[in-house]
Amino acid sequence: MTESATAPRYAPGTHPDLPPPRRTTGVAGWMYKNLFSSPLNIALTVIGAFVLYSIVPPMLEWAFLKSIWTAESRVECWDKMEVPEEAACWAFIKGRLNIFIYGFYPEAERWRVNVSFVLLIFAVLPVLYDRLPQRKRWFWYVAAFPFLAGWLLVGGFGLTPVDTDQFGGFMLTLIIGVTGISFSLPIGIALALGRTSDLPALRILCVLFIEFIRGVPLIALLFVASTMLNYFLPPGTTFDLLMRVLIMVTLFSAAYIAEVVRGGLQGIPKGQVEAADSLGLPYWKAQRLIVLPQALKISIPGIVNTFIGLYKDTTLVLIIGMLDPLGIGNASLADAVWAGLAREVYLFIAVFFFLCCFGMSRYSLYLERKLHTGHEEI
Amino acid sequence: MATVDRTVGGRRPGSTMGASEISISIHGMHKWFGQFHVLKDVNLEVKRGERIVICGPSGSGKSTLIRCINRLEEHQQGSIVVDGTKLTNDLKNIEIIRSEVGMVFQHFNLFPHLTALENCTLAPIWVRKMPKAEAEEAAMRYLERVRIPEQAGKYPGQLSGGQQQRVAIARSLCMNPRIMLFDEPTSALDPEMIKEVLEVMVELAESGMTMLVVTHEMGFATAVSDRVIFMDAGEIIEENSPEEFFKNPRHERTKLFLSQILSH
Ligand SMILES: Nc1ncnc2c1ncn2[C@@H]1O[C@H](COP(=O)(O)OP(=O)(O)O)[C@@H](O)[C@H]1O
Ligand SMILES: [Mg+2]
Repeated sequence: MTESATAPRYAPGTHPDLPPPRRTTGVAGWMYKNLFSSPLNIALTVIGAFVLYSIVPPMLEWAFLKSIWTAESRVECWDKMEVPEEAACWAFIKGRLNIFIYGFYPEAERWRVNVSFVLLIFAVLPVLYDRLPQRKRWFWYVAAFPFLAGWLLVGGFGLTPVDTDQFGGFMLTLIIGVTGISFSLPIGIALALGRTSDLPALRILCVLFIEFIRGVPLIALLFVASTMLNYFLPPGTTFDLLMRVLIMVTLFSAAYIAEVVRGGLQGIPKGQVEAADSLGLPYWKAQRLIVLPQALKISIPGIVNTFIGLYKDTTLVLIIGMLDPLGIGNASLADAVWAGLAREVYLFIAVFFFLCCFGMSRYSLYLERKLHTGHEEI
Repeated sequence: MATVDRTVGGRRPGSTMGASEISISIHGMHKWFGQFHVLKDVNLEVKRGERIVICGPSGSGKSTLIRCINRLEEHQQGSIVVDGTKLTNDLKNIEIIRSEVGMVFQHFNLFPHLTALENCTLAPIWVRKMPKAEAEEAAMRYLERVRIPEQAGKYPGQLSGGQQQRVAIARSLCMNPRIMLFDEPTSALDPEMIKEVLEVMVELAESGMTMLVVTHEMGFATAVSDRVIFMDAGEIIEENSPEEFFKNPRHERTKLFLSQILSH
């Protein structure tokens, strides 16, 4: 037949395990399969390499190799370059870094922001990393963290009070983002369960809430928060603007989370609840132990997608006059000494947002992989 | 597996055996799905320790009948009394009955995010409030009894169908049920796995468990059942001892059904 002369024959039942053909494994195998497997693939590889070659080196030159890191003004920056405007002037950002981070938080009190940030890291750790020793005990700290951070940032009870309209910069982004993310998840889950429950009144209430919030742009809600809420509150009450924004952002994102989680709930076969029922598990335990872990796992990409959207939407608060990084950037660009360095400012802010969002996205992939219990050996 | 402890999971010592010999009693029970009359005037008494096989054509209401017994389906007329507790809308009663009645499903319905062991310990820990170590020890005993202790740490997705169904049986047994319901436990399995599940069920039957088994495995029916019930179009058409049932079916529909399932 067509067998090559070199292939040895084995008696039936004695065929040994052979290694796979050379071209299918290792670096060469990977390159062949992913870069050069077909004419189209080869063409795409060549085009890709060319595009990278023509973009990356000039970018590096602009951002690092030729950039200026110390100067007192735009003019001085450009004087230091061989050709004016040929590279980035990071001196501008460097000089204003504190404002970008803290907004107008009083300088003497900025240590409180730093401490809150460190506390935040310790609060996030047990939530994200489940192999932390004593994880259950850490959750007491996690639950206490919002109050602790709130006290540190706003002051009172022995600390100098700081007005929230002095908050700004990345600190403001983090405050709105972290609050929105951590409160919208539980609220969203509750809304999703309500919307899928058998109790008509509860269901209708949840549907109305979700559909109303989803039907209104976040900006409109923020305007409501900044202007109209005063009409609804008894006269004389002052209700902090930041607080109102936090509530609106949280509710907005909760409505989206609810729909994402509802999608996950629908992906759970009826047999799962029946099995839980047949074992005598009451409704809440069945939801908590059987349905939600599976539904949330399916929903991870959608949930993280919503969180990333929320995080980027925090920049909208600039429209109601809060100084988020974009607001600070715009204000800085109005400074006559530095005007004209928009590229640096916006790139800097973009990198900050990108790193945060990319981090969330990678974490969600890690989580998906970790929770995968399908047809695989561990 | 050399020896198997036949008392584990069977009748509990000191249970109310004398007090009520009747385990399940169903009287004049009707059920509708919307307008569709799915169960019609069902009457059935199951004695403690009795093993009953239910068979009948697809769509005749077998699943619905046994699902009414642990209230996965609600009946609209007549009464169902399980272990002395009447099934009503009282949620507490339903939870009590469910924790006393085990159920094994056609498609296993294992919890895919939990290991085999965790599947088994979940209900004892959260319903019976058993300490975790004790629950795990008991679960391991049942996993040994269904002959897969070595798979305890695996997830359902990593097990074969036969292994999954045996884990599902162990999961039910971990609640120490007085009654076990089986809904076509082998019909989703490849032929070579049917035997391993049936062996476990035979052993369970021999230990004295009260069992209601919806199955077309006639070998199982002949070997261990006390009574065979034939259903068609929502009615119990005929019931008899397995010998009589297979040798002298009385009803035309029964004969037709038997000729169909025995012809292949
Ligand atoms: N949830 C349901 N809603 C409406 N009809 C149903 C439902 N479950 C089952 N049925 C119908 O009831 C009849 C009996 O179903 P089932 O008890 O599953 O039969 P069997 O188990 O004997 O095959 C079938 O005609 C089926 O289509
Ligand atoms: Mg059925």
